Amino acid sequence: MEQKIKTDFDKFISTSNFSNQEIESKKIALSNFLKNGFPSRKLENWKFSDIHQIIKKNIGELKFYNDYNIENEINEDIFIKEIEHNKIVIVNGKVERLNFEYEESDKINLTTLDNLKQNSNEDNSLLSLNNCFSNKIHNILLKKNYSFKKPLIIYQITNVKVSNTNINFQLNFELEENSSIKIINLFDDNSQKNFINNLFNFNLGKNAILKNYKLDRKINTNIKYDYTNIIQKDNSISETFIFSSGSNYIKNEVNCNLEGQYSSAFINGIHLLSKNKHHEIRTKTNHLYENTKSYQLIKSVIDDSSKSVYQGKIYVDSKAQKTDGYQLSKALLLNEQAEFNAKPELEIYADDVKCSHGSASGSLDEDSIFYLMSRGLDQNTAKELLINGFLLDVVEKITDEEIKKLIKNMIGLN
Amino acid sequence: MRDKQIENLKDYKYGFSTDIESFKAPKGLNEEVIRFISNIKKEPDWLLQWRLKAFERLKVLEEPDWQKPKYPKIDYQDLYYYSAPKGFKEKPKNLEDLDPKLLETYKKLGIPLQEQKRLNGIAVDAVFDSVSVATTFKDTLTKKGIIFCSISEAIQKHPDLVRKYLGSVIPITDHFFATLNSAVFTDGSFVYIPPNVKCPMELSTYFRINASDTGQFERTLIIADKGSYVSYLEGCTAPMRDENQLHAANVELIALDDAEIKYSTVQNWYPGDKDGKGGIYNFVTKRGLCKGKNSKISWTQVETGSAITWKYPSCILKGDNSIGEFYSIAITNNHQKADTGTKMIHLGKNTKSKIISKGISAGKSDMTYRGLVDISKNASNSTNYTQCDSLLMGNKCGAHTVPYIKNKNSNSNIAHEATTSKISEDQLHYCQQRGLNQEEAVGLIVNGFCKEVLQQLPMEFAVEAQKLVGISLEGSVG
Repeated sequence: MEQKIKTDFDKFISTSNFSNQEIESKKIALSNFLKNGFPSRKLENWKFSDIHQIIKKNIGELKFYNDYNIENEINEDIFIKEIEHNKIVIVNGKVERLNFEYEESDKINLTTLDNLKQNSNEDNSLLSLNNCFSNKIHNILLKKNYSFKKPLIIYQITNVKVSNTNINFQLNFELEENSSIKIINLFDDNSQKNFINNLFNFNLGKNAILKNYKLDRKINTNIKYDYTNIIQKDNSISETFIFSSGSNYIKNEVNCNLEGQYSSAFINGIHLLSKNKHHEIRTKTNHLYENTKSYQLIKSVIDDSSKSVYQGKIYVDSKAQKTDGYQLSKALLLNEQAEFNAKPELEIYADDVKCSHGSASGSLDEDSIFYLMSRGLDQNTAKELLINGFLLDVVEKITDEEIKKLIKNMIGLN
Repeated sequence: MRDKQIENLKDYKYGFSTDIESFKAPKGLNEEVIRFISNIKKEPDWLLQWRLKAFERLKVLEEPDWQKPKYPKIDYQDLYYYSAPKGFKEKPKNLEDLDPKLLETYKKLGIPLQEQKRLNGIAVDAVFDSVSVATTFKDTLTKKGIIFCSISEAIQKHPDLVRKYLGSVIPITDHFFATLNSAVFTDGSFVYIPPNVKCPMELSTYFRINASDTGQFERTLIIADKGSYVSYLEGCTAPMRDENQLHAANVELIALDDAEIKYSTVQNWYPGDKDGKGGIYNFVTKRGLCKGKNSKISWTQVETGSAITWKYPSCILKGDNSIGEFYSIAITNNHQKADTGTKMIHLGKNTKSKIISKGISAGKSDMTYRGLVDISKNASNSTNYTQCDSLLMGNKCGAHTVPYIKNKNSNSNIAHEATTSKISEDQLHYCQQRGLNQEEAVGLIVNGFCKEVLQQLPMEFAVEAQKLVGISLEGSVG
């Protein structure tokens, strides 16, 4: 593999026009990745989802060279019609369109990043891989006191031009004081057997608000790793919603650093799995300052021989007194072959805190089904109703009414 | 006056050392030492071969390092693997034969062997370092057909039972410390309860770590045959000293059809001084196998001592309808560290397990609950309930919860809850208003916090444990 990566890397550098500084930092990233390779189950964070094996089994030989010079057509049919929105369209890891038509252009600053944040951590070798092979990284800065008037929808499209390829994509957001943005991240996969590696960075200033909704619903055989890193200052709020259902394998990882007082982070997620899927959500909320709050609610419905994994960690620094942390994961196993693994973790170094977690897994309640059937519903309808109710709980947590309605329609929950 | 009393209590109550010259095997871990141990214990050849096989395995095993509390590397070649009080090479027949100094030690510990027979109905198999020195109440037990003796004696007298069950729950191919124990274990207890016998009394063993630099490698094997019941108590105290001592015991429980084993531990080994110097490393492997239908194994532990506690008493629920329970209180103060919890492995149908864990950390200590609940494909209709609560005192300590939950069966239910909090100001205020000083108030509240677990202990232990909870936390408030 090592030789393959090196040749692909040379080809990638020679066909792109990066600055010397960028090339240097990409080289560091490459050596960091080569040092650790793909993470395997030997690492605690990858215990339940061995991505090294998963790639080997499902893709085999992976191509790392991805040609960003190709022009891609955008099929506009996939655009959401229900709501007016700004667009970022990414095709095969390349930003094809950046359109903020509803916003005031002098309030937004668009740049590209030269200097990459390096990460030599063994756990996160995929971040190094991303740094190494991603195209120019866009940085979107919201100036002080500016709120996006319309949501931003990020369409992440893959087409048939790529297969057995590693696609890396990275995007940066900076929210200055009092600014806010709503983002919907939509996948539209028309390709097979690729490994898609995403990295989103959010830097929230004082009082900034981020609402981030991620939807993976189109059935496809790609393997995905999606890492969201959120850094929060005083009074900032982040809300993350994950709907994960379509891809064969996806691991969503959300890391929140609550660095300022009264900052809060909400992460809610749904796994709706059938056939032979393997999805994981991993959340890590780091309470690093006094009076911070975090809340996580993850629900899984697992059918056929699918596997759902939730790993959640609440970390409370000794400085972070008065922390309020809560975490709940629930799973419904619908089939004998289904599997649910959870590792809800608390790591606490401060005494004046309120932290708790709960996790429950099991089958649909027979009594409830019986009750509904006695009211005249057939068994399948009764089950469907119960599952809908179970999942709706999470969707209802979405604070933006317009987007909540949109998402309910998209995933068919009412 | 009261303050003075508390001051006295703060120092380790059982910190004294008996001056009996020890009879030791040469330092180091090698084949000769293993042969020496086996030889001096007059063991049959199969057991020697078994030990050597474990030793072979040990050579390729690596010491695990995934645990939270880290410790300085142990030099296994620098330890003594066998030591016996001199003059005890031949076992004493009755209590009167014992060295008076030894008896004195037990008196300080609060178990006057002499009065044991008359006062309470407990048979005590006291282990002083590695050789069992006295076993009482044999007669009563013998009448019922119960075998309660040291494992060395069992190897001589009941080789078939030992051979059949030894290593059947913790195989010699297990993890590093368990395998180390299999290679060099010296003594321990052996219990066999025949079919349909309810053991009339609580069986109890007091462990005593004495000789300096000695790692203790106890091996306990308890077999409850069909329809039987036994309650076993294990309590530990160790003298004060500066060098760290390793304790890597193995405990194996086997419950056959309809049998029940209740295993209770109160552990208050020397935790090191206020600056974290010295103290025992408690790396014990405890595992119970519910082999038969309707069998039940219940672990109760009160862990207040040791510099590092690293253990996971586990249940393998193999028989249909079997039940596993785990009740635990772990208290860490000063520089103590604990990484403890349980594993419930559901293999049979309709199996049930319950985990109640209470962790209290104070001072600069660090406490981790780590547990596994694994419901396999065939374990339909199984349920698990887990509750782990942590209490923190001060912001220099840590409390962590790391549960692993694996559900592979759609007919089974798992529920897990965990909370972390501190003692509420209101409760403290209320108690202090009623005339309790702060430490007493904390002691009272903590005892209430632990009540669910304390209730599971047999009477004799419950009282001692309650006192221990209070003593362990002294100096942590204010």
